Amino acid sequence: MNTLIELEKKINSELTTKINKSNIKHNHLYLEINREDLIDVVLFLKTNKNTKFRQLIDITAVDYPEESQRFKIVYLLLSHEFNHRIILSYQINENEVINSLTTVFPAANWMEREVFDMYGINFKDHPDLRRILTDYGFEGHPLRKDFPLTGHTEVRYSEEQKKVINEPVKLEQNYRNFDYESPWEGTKYIKEQSNNNEKKN
Amino acid sequence: MKKKIKNLNLNFGPQHPAAHGVLRLILELDGEIVEKADPHIGLLHRGTEKLIENKTYMQAVPYFDRLDYVAPMNQEHAFALAVEKILKIDVPSRAQYIRVIFCEIGRILSHILNVTTQALDVGALTPSLWGFEERETLMTFYERASGSRLHANYFRAGGVHQDLPAGLEEDIFKFCESFPKIINDLENLLTDNRIFKQRNVDIGIVTKEDALDYSFTGVMIRGSGVPWDLRKSQPYDCYNQLEFKIPVGKNGDCYDRYLCRIEEMKESVSIIKQCLSKMEKGPIKSLDGKISPPPKKELKQSMEALIHHFKLFTEGYRVPNDEIYTAVEAPKGEFGVYLISDGSSKPYKCKIRAPGFSHLQSMDYLIKGHMLADVPAVLGSLDIVFGEVDR
Repeated sequence: MNTLIELEKKINSELTTKINKSNIKHNHLYLEINREDLIDVVLFLKTNKNTKFRQLIDITAVDYPEESQRFKIVYLLLSHEFNHRIILSYQINENEVINSLTTVFPAANWMEREVFDMYGINFKDHPDLRRILTDYGFEGHPLRKDFPLTGHTEVRYSEEQKKVINEPVKLEQNYRNFDYESPWEGTKYIKEQSNNNEKKN
Repeated sequence: MKKKIKNLNLNFGPQHPAAHGVLRLILELDGEIVEKADPHIGLLHRGTEKLIENKTYMQAVPYFDRLDYVAPMNQEHAFALAVEKILKIDVPSRAQYIRVIFCEIGRILSHILNVTTQALDVGALTPSLWGFEERETLMTFYERASGSRLHANYFRAGGVHQDLPAGLEEDIFKFCESFPKIINDLENLLTDNRIFKQRNVDIGIVTKEDALDYSFTGVMIRGSGVPWDLRKSQPYDCYNQLEFKIPVGKNGDCYDRYLCRIEEMKESVSIIKQCLSKMEKGPIKSLDGKISPPPKKELKQSMEALIHHFKLFTEGYRVPNDEIYTAVEAPKGEFGVYLISDGSSKPYKCKIRAPGFSHLQSMDYLIKGHMLADVPAVLGSLDIVFGEVDR
């Protein structure tokens, strides 16, 4: 089990139906699985003597508001023994509840709390699903694409009430998001020309 | 009549000098024994990942300085490598050496701070005074190369921002000659010190298995006897041309981790020396005008350079559709960037994997059954910096 190609073959033959798609890119193995198979797949990868992905590096989510399945959940796994990395992912709908990995990797605890905090994704059987990075009493999920960069509330100390209070954001100047996306390569016909040239070469 | 004794809940921080920043630790104490620890983090949360999604790739670099602000350039390195891999650009050899030199300087900066403040936490004041003098010297190197002592903003996709100023290489070399003596002095103060050993030996022991399960990386896993270092196992830039050893601990306690850090500083000095001797004159950033800005001189003469400059600093360069994870061996462990680009000049998603985050979450596991006075010792050896934990 030395090369990634062998690893890919091995995983595909052992987990046949559980792997929807696999490819090798940037020296990592990218796997797409079904939501229900998560624990089985991760347990296999962790315990099988030919894979030994003993470390869970990170869990994160990606938000695609336009797509029918809004979130992509990503797991990064690392095998010390064979020096490989796997990027495991699957898509879910907005209100779906997914399995927690805390039984397999205790390290998943805070990582899942962070995904919950930032994206509002719920985990089943998580021992302690609280917000982690945002403030006490915070509302909303900041890393969703529909959450504004400036947030909804701002904090200040009120001299009258003698305490810190939350207020709706009031900005002296709006956030200026200039659109620089003019075509770098020039207008359309030039792009086509340069594409044709590349093909010839 | 039997009296029932209730456990005491103690609020450690967020304003506590031994909490190394803004950590709020809620401890449940049975007498002086810690029964449970619940770290509350996020008091320094600045939404770095959200901000990066709204900035161009070049504007995203300074945010990485502000993560682990003790070793800023190591973080920039991870981001630069991620973008380079997607864009498939080669980094000139001189730039690789410069980057490695400054990453190792960052490692020394971080380890000095950690070792000496850990000593401070357990009652020794002198090491921090001696160590900080050296950190000041190192930060002037940062300043001479990048213009600022801490928030360097020096690494770019494709190389570094500018070449080293005249005389800096010699001065770094002089530092490398004199620094091992300082490490020796620190070791004389601490390594065999009775009090230091009493406070650290057999405290916060991590077994190999648990180190793997809790996603420990860097010194935390090497202290437990796992020889794993990304500079060796998955080398990036010019690390595969350099010779260095990886110190590994035996017992996985706070004291072994301290020893690992001391040895790593010595290795770093040797890496810097090797880089200085191997480095040759040459370009310090990619010559592709679509990615790195043209030299000032050309702006006055070349129309193309002027256009490139304008486009780079307004729109920024575009990065094709891709998904990538790159990690570097930062002083605290594996620092990774998971980047999704969508073909525009801004990242679609940039997840930062901070080593301190997974280390701190094991606090409950590490401290259970220890005395209250061991909390600062364990916390110190975890090497927590809140910039990166809270992001």
